[in-house]
Amino acid sequence: MVEARGVHKAFGRLEVLKGIDLTVHRGEVLCLIGPSGSGKSTFLRCINHLEKIDGGELSVDGEFVGYRRGGDRLYELKDKEVCAKRAEIGMVFQRFNLFPHLSVLDNITSGPVWVKKASPGPSKERARQLLDRVGLADKVDAYPNQLSGGQQQRVAIARALAMDPKLMLFDEPTSALDPELVGDVLDVMRSLADEGMTMIVVTHEIGFAREVGDTVVFMDGGVVVEQGDPVEVLTRPQHERTRSFLAKVL
Amino acid sequence: MGGVILLLLAMAVNTVVFSYRVRGGTREGRFQWGVVGHYLLTAPILHGIVITLELTVIAMIAGITIGVVLAVLRLSPNPLLSGSAWLYIWFFRGTPVLVQLFFWYDGIAYLYQDLGLGIPFGTALVTFNSNTLITAFVAGALGLSFNEGAYMAEIVRAGIISVDEGQTEAAQSIGMGKLQTMRRVVLPQAMRIIIPPTGNETISMLKTTSLVSTIAVTDLFQASQNIATTTYEVVPLLIVASLWYLFFTSILTVGQYYIERYYARGASRALPPTPFQRLRQSLRHERERPVAPLAEVPWVAPHE
Repeated sequence: MVEARGVHKAFGRLEVLKGIDLTVHRGEVLCLIGPSGSGKSTFLRCINHLEKIDGGELSVDGEFVGYRRGGDRLYELKDKEVCAKRAEIGMVFQRFNLFPHLSVLDNITSGPVWVKKASPGPSKERARQLLDRVGLADKVDAYPNQLSGGQQQRVAIARALAMDPKLMLFDEPTSALDPELVGDVLDVMRSLADEGMTMIVVTHEIGFAREVGDTVVFMDGGVVVEQGDPVEVLTRPQHERTRSFLAKVL
Repeated sequence: MGGVILLLLAMAVNTVVFSYRVRGGTREGRFQWGVVGHYLLTAPILHGIVITLELTVIAMIAGITIGVVLAVLRLSPNPLLSGSAWLYIWFFRGTPVLVQLFFWYDGIAYLYQDLGLGIPFGTALVTFNSNTLITAFVAGALGLSFNEGAYMAEIVRAGIISVDEGQTEAAQSIGMGKLQTMRRVVLPQAMRIIIPPTGNETISMLKTTSLVSTIAVTDLFQASQNIATTTYEVVPLLIVASLWYLFFTSILTVGQYYIERYYARGASRALPPTPFQRLRQSLRHERERPVAPLAEVPWVAPHE
């Protein structure tokens, strides 16, 4: 589903990604862990072209994201084409980023109605189902600021799901939440994983990575240090860097 | 609305009394309120009001439209687009609007006798004589609009950059294009920042339209001056114009309040009550004041 080969990314002179190789298969849940500044969020944002990559190749479902190949060079796609690609990839942000001027229902229908030009009636029906699924059926008419962080994040997940994505990206979805609200969000993500959604999750929730993840990737300093089965990586890490990180967070 | 008129009346009465006491003089006082009342609703004044309001509406609508386009251009990563927007703002903000008005009225006709509409650098399909096309009113509307566009551009730009970048990212992540993101997500939120200074601009514009009197447009101010120069009742007619300007700026102030409330949706958890709601509430409390001392009133949980 996702293929990364030697992905490089620099902000000015700061090299954030120094050649990332990664493969995510359909239906796989891949958890990206690592210290702050290790490049995991940046890598996630490269997948749906919120950040441009400076080198290497990155494809989703066999197609480059934001680029097309012409001969042996890559050309950036037009805004419209990038949008069409992004519409197939759901993304959930650390800070929710719900649209505060729209009701919960309108937040969820914004993608289908404005981007896919779906008719509002069925889209609203679908949005209600999604809200029911994330346990917020009674919040249809609320505005984002009237919800708790955990509720907002679940609405954000519903908003992403409304586009019927083939891949979901989670950028530290529980890092901005009060501890007692984390569980509700993780439950929704767990049920998504159980249904076979392909997911890439940047997280500090080691427990979630162990339990739900099919693969855990440990990144540090812009490179993949270690990856593999969650139990293997998290309980018997091969690298010293992984060991010292896990010792601090566990 | 009633409150505003009451206030104006109170001011008027107060001034009449004041002028009697201090100036003594004529039966009416120097302000000649009788003359004011006589001309307040006459046809030339009312016609002048129509012109003033038309110019205000045209200049603000055109100004806001130009402003939004310029603001988006200025924020464009393309240096040609952002540069030309910068140049526009630099020019129209850097020269007095009065000078610009004269340029539109006298300058264009002097520079180009004929204005054509057709293929650029090719043959013109239709040609107009600039003197018939750019009447004083059109020149006034153009001058005010283009000038206002420069100011609105900076107001809109301030609104746009006040919106959190995460909003743009969220919109893009569900597949919205740049223009769609701007129209559906960024601008509606920027409105909260844009509205108050725009209200300011509209009120300012209503009064700035009086400058068109210098290029022979009979607006409210010019209409009052026309009467004053024939009757020599200068002060009363200045008051007539002032009362009307005050009346319309008051209406605009109320309008601004409600537009601000509309765009505050979602920004605060509950909207504060309007002055009318607050008044009604305080009146109700007045009636429901408990007779017994507070300590003896059993505490009742507020129902949801």
